[in-house]
Amino acid sequence: MNRLERFSTIFLIAGFCFFIMALLALGIAPALMTSGIPEDGGMPKEIPAEFQVYYKDLNEYHEALFLGRDIYIKEACWHCHSQYVRPVGGESMMYGAVSTPGEYENLLNRPHLFGTRRVGPDLTREAGKKSNDWHFAHLYDPRSTTPNSVMPGYTWYYDESTNPPTPKKEAIAVVAYLQQLGSWVKDGKRTVHDLNEVTLPPAEE
Amino acid sequence: MTQENSRNPLVPYGLVKAHMMMSFVVILIVVIAGLGYSMQFIDLYPLKDIAFFSPGRVRMVHTQAVAYGWLANIFFAIVLYMIPKLTNKPILSEKLGWFVFWAYNTLVVLTVVLILAGFGQAQEWGETPVILDPFIALVVVLYVVNVVTSIWRGRHEPYYVTIWYVLAALIWTPLVFVMGNFLPEFVFAGTGGATISSMYIHDLVGLFVTPIGTGMVYYLLPVLMRKPLFSHSLSLIGFWGLAFFYPMNSVHHYLYSPIPMWAQYASIIASVGVHVVVYTVVFNVIATMASDWKKVTSNVSLQFFLVGALSYLVTCIQCAVQVTLTFQEIIHFTDWVVGHSHLVLFGTFSFWAFAWIYYLFPRLLNTPIYSASLTRWHFWLSFIGIVVMDIDLLAGGLVQGFMWKSLVPFIDSVVASKPFWWVRTLSGVAIFAGTMCFFINMVMTWKESRLPKTSEVPALDSELARG
Ligand code: HEC
Ligand code: HEM
Repeated sequence: MNRLERFSTIFLIAGFCFFIMALLALGIAPALMTSGIPEDGGMPKEIPAEFQVYYKDLNEYHEALFLGRDIYIKEACWHCHSQYVRPVGGESMMYGAVSTPGEYENLLNRPHLFGTRRVGPDLTREAGKKSNDWHFAHLYDPRSTTPNSVMPGYTWYYDESTNPPTPKKEAIAVVAYLQQLGSWVKDGKRTVHDLNEVTLPPAEE
Repeated sequence: MTQENSRNPLVPYGLVKAHMMMSFVVILIVVIAGLGYSMQFIDLYPLKDIAFFSPGRVRMVHTQAVAYGWLANIFFAIVLYMIPKLTNKPILSEKLGWFVFWAYNTLVVLTVVLILAGFGQAQEWGETPVILDPFIALVVVLYVVNVVTSIWRGRHEPYYVTIWYVLAALIWTPLVFVMGNFLPEFVFAGTGGATISSMYIHDLVGLFVTPIGTGMVYYLLPVLMRKPLFSHSLSLIGFWGLAFFYPMNSVHHYLYSPIPMWAQYASIIASVGVHVVVYTVVFNVIATMASDWKKVTSNVSLQFFLVGALSYLVTCIQCAVQVTLTFQEIIHFTDWVVGHSHLVLFGTFSFWAFAWIYYLFPRLLNTPIYSASLTRWHFWLSFIGIVVMDIDLLAGGLVQGFMWKSLVPFIDSVVASKPFWWVRTLSGVAIFAGTMCFFINMVMTWKESRLPKTSEVPALDSELARG
């Protein structure tokens, strides 16, 4: 019997083909339909006013954003928070404008952080919803701002020898990251903190 | 039919045993991490304020231990046992097998430690640290080469359906792994990355866990029932359905996301196609059992098979509902999905793995299971645990979904979920206790096998060599 006719060979090829077919049709094709990251990485072009005390130049700010993003990944914030607003369920009233494919095309979204579970609220358009101080207090101990929260506190990103604890570089980076989420949405241009046109549920401060 | 009493020289028994015993250890990590993380939700997390045990990291350990530690090890063991028997040919090399065993499990341990140390990757089900990914891919390829050699050498056709399933899974697994761990990380950003990573999320379950799990049921069920599978052709239809529809399911994990809508529709249609697969499996299992229910009630492995098949049916009915866009609006992002995951991976595939363990472990050691009552406790605690957990999470998911839709402040839905999270943890305690019974039972069996033999080994079942 010819080797190529052997069942296992044919089978090997068939199994492989099905997989590749699906990958091309439903993976690569839709992936290529979104525009791709621009040359400059699609990162913000200016430092928001309230972060200018922490970061001297744009490079430092970008580094901080990446650090914040990496912490968001390694603490699995993305397992409790999603990052896309759906066009259903009144989500645009809850969280802001519905997500579009193009708005994720920057280096902070590689790997993407869509998430599949909302233990906490969606963070796509978190920028400007809360003050930095709120975030610092919340990240240290979520129950200090939101009494019934089940979010863990991230005390190890704070210097606890002071009273109140002062945020370390990492905590500041996380907040910098959160405060740019969705801030780019106006005509693809970065505009700081202007997303409060939608009515948000009353914040529990 | 061949007798099993004499050992089959083709089967690498030592390797099978090693992988199997490793899986016993890892399932402990699974339930400890799961239980620990679930306590975060009811404000009882025991290891607060320690970076190394940050709840998010523990969650990643939980799911990675399920996929790469527990299921992978037990599947590796069972495949190493089944394939040489079915093909009548040895694997490529037992030495290579041992290398794979040590290398793979070193990587599993490193994965756990590095995720806790803060090197988790942002890929659901693929949180293995980026630096370990190439090594894992390599070791898995070595394992595949080792086993596929046996299939390649065998000239007995037509193949029994188990070989089909296993061979397919072995080809797909490394491809899936490489795709999911590298493309979204380095190539496609944002929406494109999500498209690929949804494919990974689904394919790891659909192209690794499902085919091997199904293949191993189709092997052991006829052996235990002492009669052939109800329908071999039905199983083949199921197989081709799986090969064709499963890889296209992917995008249903991100419905209503910015991913192009046509891809979302395609994935929904393919998901409906997957029902063919599940119903063939469930029907085949139940129909094979139906001829002799007495046997089922008297054999613990068959009971695990039965519960697994029923869970599979329930999962599938759930799937039919939840994949529709109408339902997605409510249940996506909620605990409903978590209930679904536990029902499939614990209720179905882990139960099938337990069935195998209760059959194979005593035969590997030539020692009967230490305690029948521990076995019963394991069965009932796990069974009750998963039923309660699933119902609870489905209900909790609906509550969350409808509260979000009614636009109440988010925290209200958190407060409303807490009773459900309490029940989840309590059902987790039952599963944890059941798993402890299982673990102790296995360790004691192993200990007894090392004592000098006092009693006669019970007669071992005859075995179906090939369909
Ligand atoms: C166990 C799940 C969980 C994890 C892990 C988690 N969160 Fe949360 N998060 C929540 C819950 C629940 C809420 C809602 C209650 C509250 O405001 O604390 C929340 C709220 C928030 C909010 C407030 C959103 C708003 O507009 O009201 C921010 C910001 C946030 N989380 C950021 C983070 C970051 C950053 C991380 C990772 C370092 C993280 N979360 C990890 C569960 C989690
Ligand atoms: C002690 C019993 C267990 C408890 C208390 C438990 C708890 C949990 C919790 C709290 C989550 C996170 C859910 C979320 O993000 O909201 C989770 C996820 C998960 N667990 Fe478990 N678990 C247990 C046992 C198991 C077992 C035995 C398996 C499989 C063999 C398993 C498989 C999974 C999977 C696949 C997920 C991911 C779910 C998803 O993202 O949809 N768990 N578990």
